Amino acid sequence: MLLEISHPLELIKLTASLDSFLHGLLPSWAALLIEFILVGVVLLAMYAVIALILIYAERKITAFFQCRYGPNRVGKYGLIQSVADMVKILLKEIIHVDSVDKFLFYLAPFFVICASMLTFAALPFGNGLHAVDFNVGVFYLIAVSSLSIIGVLLAGWSSNNKYSMIGAMRSGAQFISYELSAGLSLLTVAVLAGSLQLSTIVADQSYVYHWNLFRGHLPAVIAFIIYLIAGHAETNRGPFDLPEAESELTAGYHTEYSGLQFGFYYLAEYLNMFIIAGIGTTMFLGGWNAIQVEGWDGFNQVMNFIPSYAWFFAKTGVLIFLSLWVRWTFPRLRIDQLLNLEWKYLLPINLVNLVIMAIIVVFGLYIK
Amino acid sequence: MTVSEYFSGLFTGIKSLLIGMSVTWKELFTKKITQQYPENRGTLVISDRWRGNLTMPHDENNEHACTACSICQMNCPNGTIVVKSKTIETEDGKKKKILDTYTYDLGTCTFCNLCVITCPSNAIRFDNSFENALFTRSKLLERLNHEGSKLREKKAAPKAAENIPG
Repeated sequence: MLLEISHPLELIKLTASLDSFLHGLLPSWAALLIEFILVGVVLLAMYAVIALILIYAERKITAFFQCRYGPNRVGKYGLIQSVADMVKILLKEIIHVDSVDKFLFYLAPFFVICASMLTFAALPFGNGLHAVDFNVGVFYLIAVSSLSIIGVLLAGWSSNNKYSMIGAMRSGAQFISYELSAGLSLLTVAVLAGSLQLSTIVADQSYVYHWNLFRGHLPAVIAFIIYLIAGHAETNRGPFDLPEAESELTAGYHTEYSGLQFGFYYLAEYLNMFIIAGIGTTMFLGGWNAIQVEGWDGFNQVMNFIPSYAWFFAKTGVLIFLSLWVRWTFPRLRIDQLLNLEWKYLLPINLVNLVIMAIIVVFGLYIK
Repeated sequence: MTVSEYFSGLFTGIKSLLIGMSVTWKELFTKKITQQYPENRGTLVISDRWRGNLTMPHDENNEHACTACSICQMNCPNGTIVVKSKTIETEDGKKKKILDTYTYDLGTCTFCNLCVITCPSNAIRFDNSFENALFTRSKLLERLNHEGSKLREKKAAPKAAENIPG
């Protein structure tokens, strides 16, 4: 079957050999300690690198949507533009505002960045590249990614600024509403997959028609679309960017932030976009599995030469592109329209969808 | 809101969203309209209607069409144009007023085009140069008639189409 075909570029052999090397050299606790630190460092580095790549990609794609070239001065095709921007933001002064609630004000960015960092740990990036594999992985992802709203609310509250306050309140209303839809649509898939463990969910989606998107017929497709809309709304982007609506609220909840503190929000925004796409990939599009079609052995062989992490990033990239496409197509919603969309459309559809999915699973109508 | 209105509203909404997305998808592949300015200086196309800098066209014999009537000077709202004339005596003993210096101050010009419109002999026109930045204000003062140029001895050419207003 699939695993018999060799995967030449996988990192799992490398990590396994490193693990056995460390265990041979050191006592078990020291080896584990070193491994934990290594995993942490790698995740942090990936966090920064992915953000840089995303910022570049977003600026380029945005420009193409608007008949512009985008960054093209720093490096070939502007490739190191976001590195230059990062250096700039690191060098910038953090302006200390006197009348803010100091403790909460300086604490708030860490909530946002920690929440997305925690989500990062549980995402399966590839075969064997999965830092923490909880048996309630989906639940963990939803729970942890919701934490960032605390940072946003704190930022708005502690800034002592009406724009920040309005932005944070909008963000809170929006986030809590859409979290419901995102959670329910992921629940629909969890019903189909029969598991909350991300590794099991990914392993079950080996062939293309086993992808949860196709396996669950129409309800899964509806859940996917609702997940994309809700996830997009959670990232405060695109047509759902009321919390920072620059034409009304200057910059919403992060108006008072400067320098690296603002950089944290900026980073977290992009990483949240990646995380939403990453969860979507894992739950609906087969995670890090290569595109495998039953019977096409030659094709499968070729696809297997592409390592699993490349598949994960490619699928995630497609979803991110979709999100950018939506962002640069639709105008911003009003707050009542935003809440109407969630409570009058997405949520009822989602609940009915969940019941239909349950019926499909109970009667075994999904593709086995 | 009836049930049928709810669903028809939902599907019309989805349809219109998809139409919007197809429009932006097409826009993704349209030609980029950004001008890469300093690099494309050679191929840059500036509209003929662009009023860059006042010039006085001279032909190959170093002759211009300015009769030094100073209508342009009178029409200029800012005193940008100063026409200095001198009187010479022609071969047949007649006195004649000819152009001595035609001074144009780019620094006070508002590019209103009134001088070009009112010129009876079509002697001046705006070219479409635009790189007018200089380091000293004194360089903004230009003398438009060339050294040793003289009046063209014939009827004025018909006005160029681009300088006719409207």
